[in-house]
Amino acid sequence: MISNEFLQQVVNAISLGAIYSLFALGYAMVFSILGVLNLAHSAVFMWGAFLGLITVTEIKLPLLLAFPVAMVGAGLIAVALDFLAFRPLRRRNAPRISQLIVSIGASALLVSLSQLTFGTDPRRFPFDILPSGAIQGLPFRVTLIQVIVLITALILMVLLNILVLRTRLGQAMRAVAFNQRTASLLGVNVSGIFASTFFIAGALAGIAGVLYGLTYNSILPFMGDQVALKGLTAIVLGGMGSIPGAVLGGFGVAGLERFSVAVGGSDYRDAVVFLILFLMLLVRPQGLIGQKEQTRA
Amino acid sequence: MLLRLDQVAAGYGAIEALHGISLKVERGQVVSLIGANGAGKSTTLNVISGLIKPARGAVYFEDRDISGWRADQITALGLVQVPEGRQVIATMTVEENLSLGAYRRRDRRQIGSDMDGVYERFPRLKERRSQKAGSLSGGEQQMLAVGRALMMRPKLLMLDEPSMGLAPLLVNEIFRIINAIKNSGTPILLVEQNARKALALADYAYVLERGVIAYEGKALDLRQDPKVIAAYLG
Ligand SMILES: Nc1ncnc2c1ncn2[C@@H]1O[C@H](COP(=O)(O)OP(=O)(O)OP(=O)(O)O)[C@@H](O)[C@H]1O
Ligand SMILES: [Mg+2]
Repeated sequence: MISNEFLQQVVNAISLGAIYSLFALGYAMVFSILGVLNLAHSAVFMWGAFLGLITVTEIKLPLLLAFPVAMVGAGLIAVALDFLAFRPLRRRNAPRISQLIVSIGASALLVSLSQLTFGTDPRRFPFDILPSGAIQGLPFRVTLIQVIVLITALILMVLLNILVLRTRLGQAMRAVAFNQRTASLLGVNVSGIFASTFFIAGALAGIAGVLYGLTYNSILPFMGDQVALKGLTAIVLGGMGSIPGAVLGGFGVAGLERFSVAVGGSDYRDAVVFLILFLMLLVRPQGLIGQKEQTRA
Repeated sequence: MLLRLDQVAAGYGAIEALHGISLKVERGQVVSLIGANGAGKSTTLNVISGLIKPARGAVYFEDRDISGWRADQITALGLVQVPEGRQVIATMTVEENLSLGAYRRRDRRQIGSDMDGVYERFPRLKERRSQKAGSLSGGEQQMLAVGRALMMRPKLLMLDEPSMGLAPLLVNEIFRIINAIKNSGTPILLVEQNARKALALADYAYVLERGVIAYEGKALDLRQDPKVIAAYLG
Protein backbone atom coordinates (compact mmCIF):
# COMPACT_ATOMS: atom_id res chain seq x y z
CA MET A 1 0.00 0.00 0.00
CA ILE A 2 2.79 2.39 0.92
CA SER A 3 4.46 1.92 -2.43
CA ASN A 4 1.13 2.57 -4.14
CA GLU A 5 0.72 5.78 -2.19
CA PHE A 6 4.28 6.71 -3.08
CA LEU A 7 3.70 6.02 -6.78
CA GLN A 8 0.59 8.16 -6.62
CA GLN A 9 2.51 11.10 -5.17
CA VAL A 10 5.14 10.70 -7.89
CA VAL A 11 2.42 10.97 -10.52
CA ASN A 12 0.96 14.04 -8.85
CA ALA A 13 4.41 15.59 -8.50
CA ILE A 14 5.17 15.16 -12.19
CA SER A 15 1.98 16.90 -13.22
CA LEU A 16 2.39 19.71 -10.71
CA GLY A 17 6.09 19.96 -11.52
CA ALA A 18 5.26 20.54 -15.17
CA ILE A 19 3.23 23.62 -14.18
CA TYR A 20 5.90 24.92 -11.80
CA SER A 21 8.52 24.47 -14.50
CA LEU A 22 6.58 26.44 -17.09
CA PHE A 23 6.06 29.16 -14.55
CA ALA A 24 9.69 29.17 -13.35
CA LEU A 25 10.97 29.37 -16.94
CA GLY A 26 9.61 32.89 -17.19
CA TYR A 27 11.42 33.98 -14.05
CA ALA A 28 14.62 32.45 -15.39
CA MET A 29 14.37 34.01 -18.86
CA VAL A 30 13.72 37.51 -17.57
CA PHE A 31 16.38 37.14 -14.88
CA SER A 32 19.01 36.02 -17.35
CA ILE A 33 18.60 39.06 -19.59
CA LEU A 34 17.49 41.69 -17.08
CA GLY A 35 19.48 40.50 -14.10
CA VAL A 36 16.38 41.20 -12.04
CA LEU A 37 13.60 39.05 -10.65
CA ASN A 38 10.27 40.08 -12.04
CA LEU A 39 8.11 39.55 -8.96
CA ALA A 40 5.02 40.48 -10.96
CA HIS A 41 5.41 37.19 -12.83
CA SER A 42 2.96 35.44 -10.48
CA ALA A 43 0.35 38.13 -11.19
CA VAL A 44 0.80 37.51 -14.93
CA PHE A 45 0.22 33.81 -14.18
CA MET A 46 -3.05 34.69 -12.43
CA TRP A 47 -4.18 36.89 -15.32
CA GLY A 48 -3.43 34.05 -17.70
CA ALA A 49 -5.73 31.80 -15.68
CA PHE A 50 -8.55 34.37 -15.76
CA LEU A 51 -8.11 35.04 -19.49
CA GLY A 52 -8.32 31.31 -20.16
CA LEU A 53 -11.38 31.07 -17.94
CA ILE A 54 -13.35 33.90 -19.54
CA THR A 55 -12.50 32.59 -22.99
CA VAL A 56 -14.54 29.52 -22.03
CA THR A 57 -17.18 30.94 -19.68
CA GLU A 58 -17.86 34.39 -21.18
CA ILE A 59 -16.78 34.25 -24.81
CA LYS A 60 -18.00 30.63 -25.03
CA LEU A 61 -15.08 29.40 -27.06
CA PRO A 62 -13.83 25.81 -26.79
CA LEU A 63 -11.19 25.03 -24.15
CA LEU A 64 -8.58 24.43 -26.82
CA LEU A 65 -8.70 28.14 -27.67
CA ALA A 66 -8.33 29.16 -24.03
CA PHE A 67 -4.65 28.20 -24.20
CA PRO A 68 -3.57 30.50 -27.05
CA VAL A 69 -5.77 33.33 -25.75
CA ALA A 70 -4.20 33.08 -22.31
CA MET A 71 -0.71 32.90 -23.77
CA VAL A 72 -1.09 35.92 -26.02
CA GLY A 73 -2.96 37.92 -23.38
CA ALA A 74 -0.51 37.20 -20.58
CA GLY A 75 2.40 37.77 -22.96
CA LEU A 76 1.06 41.21 -23.83
CA ILE A 77 0.55 42.04 -20.16
CA ALA A 78 4.20 41.14 -19.53
CA VAL A 79 5.33 43.30 -22.47
CA ALA A 80 3.25 46.20 -21.13
CA LEU A 81 4.94 45.72 -17.78
CA ASP A 82 8.34 45.99 -19.43
CA PHE A 83 7.35 49.13 -21.36
CA LEU A 84 5.65 50.92 -18.49
CA ALA A 85 7.64 49.78 -15.47
CA PHE A 86 11.09 48.42 -16.35
CA ARG A 87 12.05 50.34 -19.45
CA PRO A 88 11.82 53.84 -17.91
CA LEU A 89 14.05 52.62 -15.07
CA ARG A 90 16.59 51.11 -17.50
CA ARG A 91 16.69 54.42 -19.37
CA ARG A 92 17.76 56.14 -16.17
CA ASN A 93 20.22 53.39 -15.26
CA ALA A 94 18.28 52.84 -12.06
CA PRO A 95 19.79 50.35 -9.61
CA ARG A 96 18.45 46.80 -9.73
CA ILE A 97 16.77 47.16 -6.37
CA SER A 98 14.45 49.82 -7.89
CA GLN A 99 13.46 47.38 -10.60
CA LEU A 100 12.74 44.70 -8.02
CA ILE A 101 10.61 47.08 -5.97
CA VAL A 102 8.73 48.28 -9.02
CA SER A 103 7.94 44.68 -9.92
CA ILE A 104 6.41 44.18 -6.46
CA GLY A 105 4.28 47.27 -6.98
CA ALA A 106 3.23 46.12 -10.42
CA SER A 107 2.23 42.79 -8.95
CA ALA A 108 0.00 44.46 -6.36
CA LEU A 109 -1.56 46.59 -9.09
CA LEU A 110 -2.31 43.61 -11.31
CA VAL A 111 -3.87 41.72 -8.39
CA SER A 112 -6.06 44.72 -7.49
CA LEU A 113 -7.19 45.11 -11.09
CA SER A 114 -8.16 41.48 -11.09
CA GLN A 115 -10.12 41.88 -7.85
CA LEU A 116 -11.97 44.84 -9.33
CA THR A 117 -12.75 42.92 -12.50
CA PHE A 118 -13.51 39.45 -11.21
CA GLY A 119 -14.28 39.88 -7.49
CA THR A 120 -12.71 37.78 -4.76
CA ASP A 121 -14.84 34.63 -4.95
CA PRO A 122 -13.23 31.67 -6.65
CA ARG A 123 -14.25 31.23 -10.30
CA ARG A 124 -14.44 27.84 -11.92
CA PHE A 125 -14.39 26.22 -15.32
CA PRO A 126 -17.62 24.32 -16.05
CA PHE A 127 -17.34 21.03 -14.17
CA ASP A 128 -17.92 18.95 -17.27
CA ILE A 129 -15.25 20.69 -19.32
CA LEU A 130 -12.96 17.69 -19.04
CA PRO A 131 -13.77 14.23 -17.72
CA SER A 132 -12.44 14.30 -14.18
CA GLY A 133 -12.37 10.55 -13.57
CA ALA A 134 -9.19 8.53 -13.58
CA ILE A 135 -7.93 6.87 -16.73
CA GLN A 136 -8.74 3.17 -16.43
CA GLY A 137 -6.29 0.29 -16.32
CA LEU A 138 -3.34 1.97 -14.58
CA PRO A 139 -1.87 1.07 -11.17
CA PHE A 140 -2.30 4.69 -10.07
CA ARG A 141 -4.83 7.47 -10.50
CA VAL A 142 -4.17 9.74 -13.47
CA THR A 143 -6.72 12.18 -14.77
CA LEU A 144 -7.00 13.51 -18.29
CA ILE A 145 -6.10 16.96 -16.96
CA GLN A 146 -2.81 15.67 -15.60
CA VAL A 147 -1.97 14.11 -18.96
CA ILE A 148 -2.83 17.33 -20.79
CA VAL A 149 -0.69 19.32 -18.35
CA LEU A 150 2.34 17.12 -18.85
CA ILE A 151 2.09 16.91 -22.65
CA THR A 152 1.52 20.65 -23.04
CA ALA A 153 4.43 21.47 -20.78
CA LEU A 154 6.80 19.08 -22.52
CA ILE A 155 5.90 20.42 -25.97
CA LEU A 156 6.44 24.00 -24.83
CA MET A 157 9.76 23.18 -23.21
CA VAL A 158 11.04 21.51 -26.36
CA LEU A 159 9.88 24.48 -28.45
CA LEU A 160 11.52 26.93 -26.08
CA ASN A 161 14.74 24.98 -26.22
CA ILE A 162 14.72 25.07 -30.02
CA LEU A 163 13.91 28.77 -29.95
CA VAL A 164 16.76 29.66 -27.63
CA LEU A 165 19.42 27.39 -29.11
CA ARG A 166 18.54 27.19 -32.79
CA THR A 167 16.88 30.39 -33.96
CA ARG A 168 18.09 33.86 -34.80
CA LEU A 169 15.90 35.32 -32.06
CA GLY A 170 17.34 32.91 -29.52
CA GLN A 171 20.86 33.79 -30.59
CA ALA A 172 20.11 37.47 -30.07
CA MET A 173 18.57 36.73 -26.68
CA ARG A 174 21.69 34.91 -25.59
CA ALA A 175 23.85 37.78 -26.85
CA VAL A 176 21.77 40.31 -24.88
CA ALA A 177 21.96 38.08 -21.79
CA PHE A 178 25.75 38.06 -22.12
CA ASN A 179 26.23 41.80 -22.64
CA GLN A 180 23.75 44.39 -23.88
CA ARG A 181 26.34 46.80 -25.29
CA THR A 182 28.13 44.08 -27.20
CA ALA A 183 24.83 42.80 -28.55
CA SER A 184 23.84 46.26 -29.76
CA LEU A 185 27.22 46.68 -31.50
CA LEU A 186 26.39 43.47 -33.38
CA GLY A 187 23.16 45.02 -34.63
CA VAL A 188 20.77 43.54 -32.07
CA ASN A 189 17.89 45.83 -31.10
CA VAL A 190 18.14 45.33 -27.36
CA SER A 191 14.74 46.85 -26.52
CA GLY A 192 13.14 44.51 -29.03
CA ILE A 193 14.80 41.53 -27.38
CA PHE A 194 13.54 42.67 -23.99
CA ALA A 195 10.02 42.86 -25.36
CA SER A 196 10.28 39.41 -26.98
CA THR A 197 11.66 37.88 -23.81
CA PHE A 198 8.93 39.39 -21.66
CA PHE A 199 6.33 38.20 -24.14
CA ILE A 200 7.56 34.61 -24.09
CA ALA A 201 7.95 34.60 -20.30
CA GLY A 202 4.44 36.01 -19.90
CA ALA A 203 2.97 33.52 -22.36
CA LEU A 204 4.50 30.62 -20.43
CA ALA A 205 3.14 32.03 -17.17
CA GLY A 206 -0.26 32.47 -18.80
CA ILE A 207 -0.59 28.89 -19.96
CA ALA A 208 0.78 27.68 -16.62
CA GLY A 209 -2.05 29.66 -15.01
CA VAL A 210 -4.70 27.97 -17.16
CA LEU A 211 -3.26 24.52 -16.46
CA TYR A 212 -3.13 25.27 -12.73
CA GLY A 213 -6.69 26.58 -12.85
CA LEU A 214 -7.87 23.42 -14.62
CA THR A 215 -6.02 21.19 -12.16
CA TYR A 216 -7.51 22.76 -9.01
CA ASN A 217 -10.54 24.31 -10.69
CA SER A 218 -10.40 27.38 -8.55
CA ILE A 219 -9.28 30.71 -9.99
CA LEU A 220 -8.72 33.66 -7.69
CA PRO A 221 -6.93 37.03 -7.81
CA PHE A 222 -4.56 35.73 -5.12
CA MET A 223 -3.76 32.43 -6.80
CA GLY A 224 -0.36 33.75 -7.87
CA ASP A 225 0.78 33.64 -4.24
CA GLN A 226 0.49 29.87 -4.33
CA VAL A 227 3.14 29.55 -7.03
CA ALA A 228 5.36 32.62 -6.50
CA LEU A 229 7.48 31.00 -3.82
CA LYS A 230 7.58 27.66 -5.66
CA GLY A 231 8.85 29.31 -8.82
CA LEU A 232 11.51 31.26 -6.96
CA THR A 233 12.68 28.12 -5.20
CA ALA A 234 12.75 26.30 -8.53
CA ILE A 235 15.11 28.81 -10.13
CA VAL A 236 17.30 28.94 -7.04
CA LEU A 237 17.52 25.13 -7.14
CA GLY A 238 18.26 25.22 -10.85
CA GLY A 239 20.77 28.06 -10.79
CA MET A 240 19.39 31.56 -11.40
CA GLY A 241 18.64 32.19 -15.03
CA SER A 242 19.42 28.69 -16.27
CA ILE A 243 16.66 27.37 -18.53
CA PRO A 244 17.20 23.62 -18.02
CA GLY A 245 17.77 24.45 -14.35
CA ALA A 246 14.35 26.06 -14.06
CA VAL A 247 12.71 22.93 -15.46
CA LEU A 248 14.58 20.61 -13.12
CA GLY A 249 13.93 22.98 -10.24
CA GLY A 250 10.20 23.03 -11.00
CA PHE A 251 9.97 19.26 -10.88
CA GLY A 252 12.23 19.19 -7.81
CA VAL A 253 10.01 21.60 -5.87
CA ALA A 254 6.87 19.69 -6.81
CA GLY A 255 8.53 16.47 -5.70
CA LEU A 256 9.47 17.96 -2.35
CA GLU A 257 6.02 19.36 -1.88
CA ARG A 258 4.22 16.09 -2.66
CA PHE A 259 6.70 14.14 -0.57
CA SER A 260 6.11 16.34 2.46
CA VAL A 261 2.36 15.99 1.98
CA ALA A 262 2.75 12.21 1.98
CA VAL A 263 4.92 12.23 5.08
CA GLY A 264 3.63 15.05 7.21
CA GLY A 265 0.31 16.20 5.82
CA SER A 266 -0.44 19.18 3.65
CA ASP A 267 0.05 21.78 6.39
CA TYR A 268 3.82 21.60 6.07
CA ARG A 269 4.36 21.69 2.34
CA ASP A 270 4.94 25.43 1.96
CA ALA A 271 7.15 25.47 5.06
CA VAL A 272 9.29 22.71 3.57
CA VAL A 273 9.64 24.58 0.28
CA PHE A 274 10.62 27.75 2.11
CA LEU A 275 13.15 25.87 4.21
CA ILE A 276 14.74 24.41 1.07
CA LEU A 277 14.90 27.87 -0.50
CA PHE A 278 16.61 29.23 2.60
CA LEU A 279 19.11 26.37 2.79
CA MET A 280 19.94 26.61 -0.91
CA LEU A 281 20.64 30.33 -0.64
CA LEU A 282 22.94 29.61 2.30
CA VAL A 283 24.78 26.61 0.96
CA ARG A 284 24.61 26.53 -2.83
CA PRO A 285 23.41 29.88 -4.17
CA GLN A 286 24.67 28.89 -7.63
CA GLY A 287 22.03 26.12 -7.75
CA LEU A 288 22.34 22.35 -7.71
CA ILE A 289 23.73 22.07 -11.23
CA GLY A 290 25.26 25.54 -11.48
CA GLN A 291 28.94 26.33 -11.31
CA LYS A 292 30.59 28.98 -9.23
CA GLU A 293 30.76 32.29 -11.08
CA GLN A 294 34.57 32.35 -11.37
CA THR A 295 34.86 28.79 -12.72
CA ARG A 296 32.38 29.44 -15.50
CA ALA A 297 34.13 29.40 -18.88
CA MET B 1 33.17 61.72 -47.14
CA LEU B 2 32.69 58.47 -45.26
CA LEU B 3 32.72 59.66 -41.66
CA ARG B 4 32.84 63.12 -40.17
CA LEU B 5 32.69 64.31 -36.58
CA ASP B 6 31.84 67.95 -36.18
CA GLN B 7 32.72 69.58 -32.83
CA VAL B 8 31.58 66.56 -30.83
CA ALA B 9 31.41 66.91 -27.05
CA ALA B 10 30.39 63.99 -24.87
CA GLY B 11 30.90 62.59 -21.42
CA TYR B 12 29.63 60.59 -18.50
CA GLY B 13 27.11 62.41 -16.34
CA ALA B 14 28.70 65.64 -15.16
CA ILE B 15 32.17 64.67 -16.46
CA GLU B 16 32.90 65.83 -19.99
CA ALA B 17 35.43 63.52 -21.68
CA LEU B 18 35.43 65.02 -25.19
CA HIS B 19 35.48 68.80 -25.55
CA GLY B 20 34.42 69.34 -29.13
CA ILE B 21 36.48 67.20 -31.48
CA SER B 22 36.34 67.13 -35.26
CA LEU B 23 37.73 64.39 -37.44
CA LYS B 24 37.21 62.77 -40.83
CA VAL B 25 37.68 59.44 -42.53
CA GLU B 26 37.61 59.32 -46.32
CA ARG B 27 36.80 56.31 -48.45
CA GLY B 28 39.68 53.87 -48.78
CA GLN B 29 41.62 55.47 -45.93
CA VAL B 30 43.12 54.09 -42.75
CA VAL B 31 42.91 56.74 -40.07
CA SER B 32 44.54 56.31 -36.72
CA LEU B 33 43.50 57.87 -33.44
CA ILE B 34 46.27 57.75 -30.86
CA GLY B 35 46.57 59.07 -27.34
CA ALA B 36 47.42 58.20 -23.75
CA ASN B 37 45.24 56.35 -21.26
CA GLY B 38 42.05 58.27 -20.57
CA ALA B 39 42.51 60.66 -23.50
CA GLY B 40 39.01 59.86 -24.79
CA LYS B 41 39.71 57.41 -27.64
CA SER B 42 37.13 54.82 -26.62
CA THR B 43 34.63 57.55 -25.83
CA THR B 44 35.07 58.83 -29.40
CA LEU B 45 34.36 55.40 -30.91
CA ASN B 46 31.39 54.89 -28.62
CA VAL B 47 29.89 58.21 -29.64
CA ILE B 48 30.29 57.21 -33.29
CA SER B 49 28.69 53.82 -32.57
CA GLY B 50 25.76 55.38 -30.73
CA LEU B 51 26.54 53.87 -27.33
CA ILE B 52 27.04 57.40 -25.97
CA LYS B 53 24.93 60.32 -27.17
CA PRO B 54 26.89 63.47 -28.06
CA ALA B 55 26.10 66.42 -25.80
CA ARG B 56 27.02 68.86 -28.60
CA GLY B 57 28.09 68.54 -32.21
CA ALA B 58 27.17 65.89 -34.74
CA VAL B 59 28.34 62.67 -36.37
CA TYR B 60 27.86 62.22 -40.11
CA PHE B 61 28.19 58.88 -41.89
CA GLU B 62 28.05 58.99 -45.68
CA ASP B 63 26.83 62.59 -45.27
CA ARG B 64 23.88 61.54 -43.12
CA ASP B 65 23.53 62.93 -39.60
CA ILE B 66 23.46 59.85 -37.36
CA SER B 67 23.82 61.60 -33.99
CA GLY B 68 21.22 60.17 -31.64
CA TRP B 69 20.67 56.94 -33.59
CA ARG B 70 20.60 53.67 -31.69
CA ALA B 71 23.74 51.53 -31.72
CA ASP B 72 22.09 48.65 -33.60
CA GLN B 73 20.84 51.03 -36.31
CA ILE B 74 24.30 52.51 -36.75
CA THR B 75 25.86 49.05 -36.94
CA ALA B 76 23.32 48.11 -39.59
CA LEU B 77 24.61 51.01 -41.73
CA GLY B 78 27.97 49.23 -41.90
CA LEU B 79 29.70 51.33 -39.25
CA VAL B 80 31.18 48.48 -37.27
CA GLN B 81 33.16 48.64 -34.02
CA VAL B 82 35.40 45.97 -32.50
CA PRO B 83 35.29 47.22 -28.92
CA GLU B 84 38.10 47.42 -26.41
CA GLY B 85 38.67 44.08 -24.67
CA ARG B 86 37.32 42.12 -27.69
CA GLN B 87 33.92 41.30 -26.14
CA VAL B 88 33.41 37.96 -27.79
CA ILE B 89 30.41 36.09 -26.38
CA ALA B 90 32.25 33.68 -24.10
CA THR B 91 29.29 31.34 -23.71
CA MET B 92 28.90 30.79 -27.46
CA THR B 93 31.09 28.79 -29.81
CA VAL B 94 33.47 30.40 -32.29
CA GLU B 95 31.06 29.63 -35.11
CA GLU B 96 28.06 31.04 -33.25
CA ASN B 97 30.00 34.24 -32.61
CA LEU B 98 30.78 34.54 -36.32
CA SER B 99 27.20 33.89 -37.35
CA LEU B 100 26.08 36.52 -34.85
CA GLY B 101 28.15 38.95 -36.92
CA ALA B 102 25.75 38.25 -39.77
CA TYR B 103 22.72 38.89 -37.53
CA ARG B 104 21.48 41.81 -39.61
CA ARG B 105 22.19 40.25 -43.00
CA ARG B 106 19.61 38.60 -45.21
CA ASP B 107 21.86 37.23 -47.97
CA ARG B 108 22.04 33.67 -46.63
CA ARG B 109 24.25 32.37 -49.41
CA GLN B 110 26.97 35.00 -49.15
CA ILE B 111 27.07 34.56 -45.37
CA GLY B 112 28.41 31.05 -45.80
CA SER B 113 31.11 32.12 -48.22
CA ASP B 114 32.05 35.06 -46.00
CA MET B 115 32.47 32.65 -43.12
CA ASP B 116 34.76 30.51 -45.25
CA GLY B 117 36.69 33.68 -46.02
CA VAL B 118 37.11 34.42 -42.32
CA TYR B 119 38.29 30.87 -41.68
CA GLU B 120 40.79 31.23 -44.53
CA ARG B 121 42.10 34.43 -43.00
CA PHE B 122 42.21 32.90 -39.50
CA PRO B 123 42.95 29.17 -39.80
CA ARG B 124 43.18 28.90 -36.02
CA LEU B 125 39.54 29.89 -35.69
CA LYS B 126 38.59 27.12 -38.08
CA GLU B 127 40.36 24.55 -35.91
CA ARG B 128 38.45 25.86 -32.91
CA ARG B 129 35.11 26.50 -34.61
CA SER B 130 33.04 24.43 -32.16
CA GLN B 131 34.96 25.52 -29.07
CA LYS B 132 33.45 28.05 -26.67
CA ALA B 133 34.86 31.54 -27.32
CA GLY B 134 35.63 31.90 -23.61
CA SER B 135 38.18 29.10 -23.85
CA LEU B 136 40.26 30.86 -26.54
CA SER B 137 43.52 32.67 -25.81
CA GLY B 138 43.59 36.47 -25.86
CA GLY B 139 45.06 36.57 -29.36
CA GLU B 140 42.52 34.10 -30.68
CA GLN B 141 39.69 36.08 -29.11
CA GLN B 142 40.95 39.21 -30.85
CA MET B 143 40.98 37.35 -34.16
CA LEU B 144 37.45 36.15 -33.48
CA ALA B 145 36.33 39.70 -32.68
CA VAL B 146 37.84 40.95 -35.95
CA GLY B 147 36.44 37.98 -37.87
CA ARG B 148 33.00 38.62 -36.43
CA ALA B 149 33.23 42.26 -37.48
CA LEU B 150 34.19 41.22 -41.03
CA MET B 151 31.02 39.07 -41.11
CA MET B 152 29.14 42.38 -40.86
CA ARG B 153 30.68 43.50 -44.17
CA PRO B 154 31.80 46.82 -42.68
CA LYS B 155 31.83 49.99 -44.74
CA LEU B 156 34.07 51.37 -42.01
CA LEU B 157 35.81 49.14 -39.47
CA MET B 158 36.63 50.75 -36.13
CA LEU B 159 39.16 48.89 -33.99
CA ASP B 160 39.67 49.87 -30.34
CA GLU B 161 43.20 48.91 -29.22
CA PRO B 162 43.33 45.55 -31.00
CA SER B 163 46.88 44.90 -29.75
CA MET B 164 46.09 45.54 -26.09
CA GLY B 165 47.38 42.89 -23.71
CA LEU B 166 48.94 40.72 -26.42
CA ALA B 167 52.48 39.30 -26.49
CA PRO B 168 54.83 41.05 -28.99
CA LEU B 169 54.65 38.24 -31.55
CA LEU B 170 50.88 38.38 -31.52
CA VAL B 171 50.91 42.16 -31.77
CA ASN B 172 52.85 41.79 -35.01
CA GLU B 173 50.35 39.23 -36.25
CA ILE B 174 47.37 41.47 -35.44
CA PHE B 175 48.97 44.36 -37.33
CA ARG B 176 49.65 42.05 -40.29
CA ILE B 177 45.94 41.19 -40.26
CA ILE B 178 44.90 44.85 -40.10
CA ASN B 179 47.24 45.56 -42.99
CA ALA B 180 45.63 42.76 -45.01
CA ILE B 181 42.16 44.16 -44.31
CA LYS B 182 43.39 47.59 -45.41
CA ASN B 183 44.74 46.09 -48.65
CA SER B 184 41.39 44.44 -49.32
CA GLY B 185 39.96 47.96 -49.48
CA THR B 186 38.05 48.28 -46.21
CA PRO B 187 38.45 51.71 -44.58
CA ILE B 188 39.63 51.53 -40.98
CA LEU B 189 39.54 53.86 -38.00
CA LEU B 190 42.24 52.47 -35.74
CA VAL B 191 42.50 53.43 -32.07
CA GLU B 192 45.88 52.48 -30.63
CA GLN B 193 48.33 53.20 -27.85
CA ASN B 194 51.05 51.57 -29.94
CA ALA B 195 51.60 54.81 -31.85
CA ARG B 196 54.63 53.59 -33.77
CA LYS B 197 52.81 50.71 -35.40
CA ALA B 198 49.58 52.64 -35.87
CA LEU B 199 51.34 55.50 -37.66
CA ALA B 200 53.24 53.05 -39.86
CA LEU B 201 49.95 51.65 -41.09
CA ALA B 202 47.76 54.74 -41.33
CA ASP B 203 47.28 57.31 -44.08
CA TYR B 204 46.18 60.03 -41.69
CA ALA B 205 46.24 60.37 -37.91
CA TYR B 206 44.82 62.33 -35.01
CA VAL B 207 46.44 62.68 -31.60
CA LEU B 208 43.96 63.02 -28.76
CA GLU B 209 45.03 64.64 -25.49
CA ARG B 210 42.58 64.98 -22.61
CA GLY B 211 39.52 65.21 -24.82
CA VAL B 212 40.87 67.54 -27.52
CA ILE B 213 42.68 66.90 -30.80
CA ALA B 214 46.23 68.09 -30.12
CA TYR B 215 47.79 67.20 -33.48
CA GLU B 216 46.60 65.89 -36.80
CA GLY B 217 48.14 65.28 -40.16
CA LYS B 218 49.39 62.75 -42.65
CA ALA B 219 50.79 59.78 -40.76
CA LEU B 220 54.12 60.24 -42.58
CA ASP B 221 54.37 63.84 -41.36
CA LEU B 222 53.39 63.07 -37.78
CA ARG B 223 56.12 60.44 -37.62
CA GLN B 224 58.65 63.24 -38.30
CA ASP B 225 57.09 65.77 -35.91
CA PRO B 226 59.49 66.34 -32.97
CA LYS B 227 56.64 66.96 -30.49
CA VAL B 228 54.85 63.78 -31.48
CA ILE B 229 58.12 61.87 -31.39
CA ALA B 230 58.90 63.18 -27.91
CA ALA B 231 55.46 62.38 -26.50
CA TYR B 232 54.42 59.19 -28.31
CA LEU B 233 57.34 57.65 -30.20
CA GLY B 234 60.19 58.22 -27.71
N1 LIG C 1 31.88 54.74 -17.82
C1 LIG C 1 32.56 55.85 -17.46
N2 LIG C 1 32.12 56.62 -16.45
C2 LIG C 1 32.77 57.75 -16.08
N3 LIG C 1 33.88 58.18 -16.68
C3 LIG C 1 34.39 57.46 -17.69
C4 LIG C 1 33.75 56.25 -18.14
N4 LIG C 1 34.47 55.75 -19.16
C5 LIG C 1 35.50 56.59 -19.34
N5 LIG C 1 35.45 57.62 -18.47
C6 LIG C 1 36.40 58.76 -18.40
O1 LIG C 1 36.40 59.42 -19.63
C7 LIG C 1 37.72 59.76 -20.02
C8 LIG C 1 38.04 59.16 -21.36
O2 LIG C 1 38.01 57.74 -21.26
P1 LIG C 1 38.24 56.78 -22.49
O3 LIG C 1 37.88 55.41 -22.05
O4 LIG C 1 37.54 57.32 -23.67
O5 LIG C 1 39.81 56.88 -22.69
P2 LIG C 1 40.75 56.06 -23.68
O6 LIG C 1 41.50 57.06 -24.44
O7 LIG C 1 39.98 55.05 -24.42
O8 LIG C 1 41.73 55.35 -22.64
P3 LIG C 1 42.40 53.90 -22.66
O9 LIG C 1 43.60 54.01 -23.53
O10 LIG C 1 42.78 53.68 -21.24
O11 LIG C 1 41.39 52.95 -23.14
C9 LIG C 1 38.62 59.27 -18.90
O12 LIG C 1 38.89 60.35 -18.05
C10 LIG C 1 37.81 58.25 -18.19
O13 LIG C 1 38.14 58.21 -16.82
MG1 LIG D 1 39.97 53.03 -24.43
